[in-house]
Amino acid sequence: MKRNSFWVASFTASVIIAIVLLVAGSPTVTANDQPSAANAEVKIDNFVFGPPTITVPVGATVTWTNKDDIPHTSVSTEGVFKSKVLDTDEKFSYTFTKAGTYSYYCTIHPKMTGKVVVQ
Amino acid sequence: MIDKNKDLIDQKLQDLNNDGVDRRGFLKCMAWAGTGLIWTMSGGIPTSRAFAKTNGKDAAKSGDFSFVQISDSHIGFNKPANPDVTATLQTAINKINAMPHKPDFIIHTGDLSQLSKPSEFDTLDQVLKGASAKQIYFVPGEHDMLTDNGEQYLQRYGKGTKGSGWYSFDQKGVHFVGLVNVANLKAGGMGSLGHEQLEWLEDDLKGRSASTPIVLFAHIPLWTIYQDWGWGTDDSEQALSYVKRFGSVTVLNGHIHQIMQKVEGKVSFHTAMSTAFPQPAPGTAPSAGPMKVPADQLQQVLGITDVNYLVSGRSLAVVDSPLAGSGSSASGSGSGSGGR
Repeated sequence: MKRNSFWVASFTASVIIAIVLLVAGSPTVTANDQPSAANAEVKIDNFVFGPPTITVPVGATVTWTNKDDIPHTSVSTEGVFKSKVLDTDEKFSYTFTKAGTYSYYCTIHPKMTGKVVVQ
Repeated sequence: MIDKNKDLIDQKLQDLNNDGVDRRGFLKCMAWAGTGLIWTMSGGIPTSRAFAKTNGKDAAKSGDFSFVQISDSHIGFNKPANPDVTATLQTAINKINAMPHKPDFIIHTGDLSQLSKPSEFDTLDQVLKGASAKQIYFVPGEHDMLTDNGEQYLQRYGKGTKGSGWYSFDQKGVHFVGLVNVANLKAGGMGSLGHEQLEWLEDDLKGRSASTPIVLFAHIPLWTIYQDWGWGTDDSEQALSYVKRFGSVTVLNGHIHQIMQKVEGKVSFHTAMSTAFPQPAPGTAPSAGPMKVPADQLQQVLGITDVNYLVSGRSLAVVDSPLAGSGSSASGSGSGSGGR
């Protein structure tokens, strides 16, 4: 009798722990479940943000990846977001929670400009 | 020999007319190696004179001196274009140390580091410690301002400077001005000096005799070489207007990792090779980034710049030489007869 209740208790506990973990981890889980249109990629290469203008829905996360052999940054002209220096293969992500047009540029090579349109 | 001289003179004059770099003429000049000509501007006409003999003990004419410009060491860069930039910087320092005439000082025109990392600046300092010329002047490149708006650069190399690191000093009657055009860069723009620095520059030059030779040095070129790649400074016109009245102005820049030269009136512009890696000529590649050359050619496209000041002509002669392979090329600026 005691044994049974022990097993029931520990099984219940495991389930509860599992649920707690699932819930705790849910932002990640939810993001993975969202359609990929909500996550967008900008590839930095040859001193160019590609694509230079990208359109995403509100709540989307844009990830910049530097594929160039020289470091670059991705910095909003209005101070909305600012990456650290990205060396080759380094990434920077920003989630856009408000609609609008966000101009940005590379602070190291300011001729490099781009735009994120959030709607 | 005389014909060759005339050809080169014609080409130099052509440059003055065309307001750009005559590439073929320049390449011919590059091949004019080993003779190490000094070109001086005498009354606006370039004349040349063999330079090897005039330096060394001879040029202990009081007031004559020389210095060396190095640039774009990019310590920390480790991609295929040059996997060991520390070694090539060391080669450059060895070359300077081996020069027959000792330079009074070295000027580094920026991009000391690749990523503004403390370890990169430390490595640079280690290598520079081995230079026989103990006085080294710096201006930052955009790669030196990456993590903290240049705070670290200022702490290490900016003592006594103003703002983002500008300053001036005098050496044997020549006035040197270190300018910073890599701070607070605006989206879509090129290099920028900024209002505060321009005001300081105007004030710094005020009252100096027009016969004082002036040397301006900054990282990004102070003339527009190629706008699409950001090779220029948006507000340099104003700075250049302040030096217009002087009889001899030499502008030394880096950033583009290749030699470009231009003469405009009494102002002689010059960019240096990098000690790290070359970059493509304007518009010849999809972007301005590091250009890979065969490993055995790398040292021929990296180099140093030797600048000689001759009191007699109040002129500065600029001689570039690669780290390896034959070849130097020369150009000069100056009013010839001082004090007009």
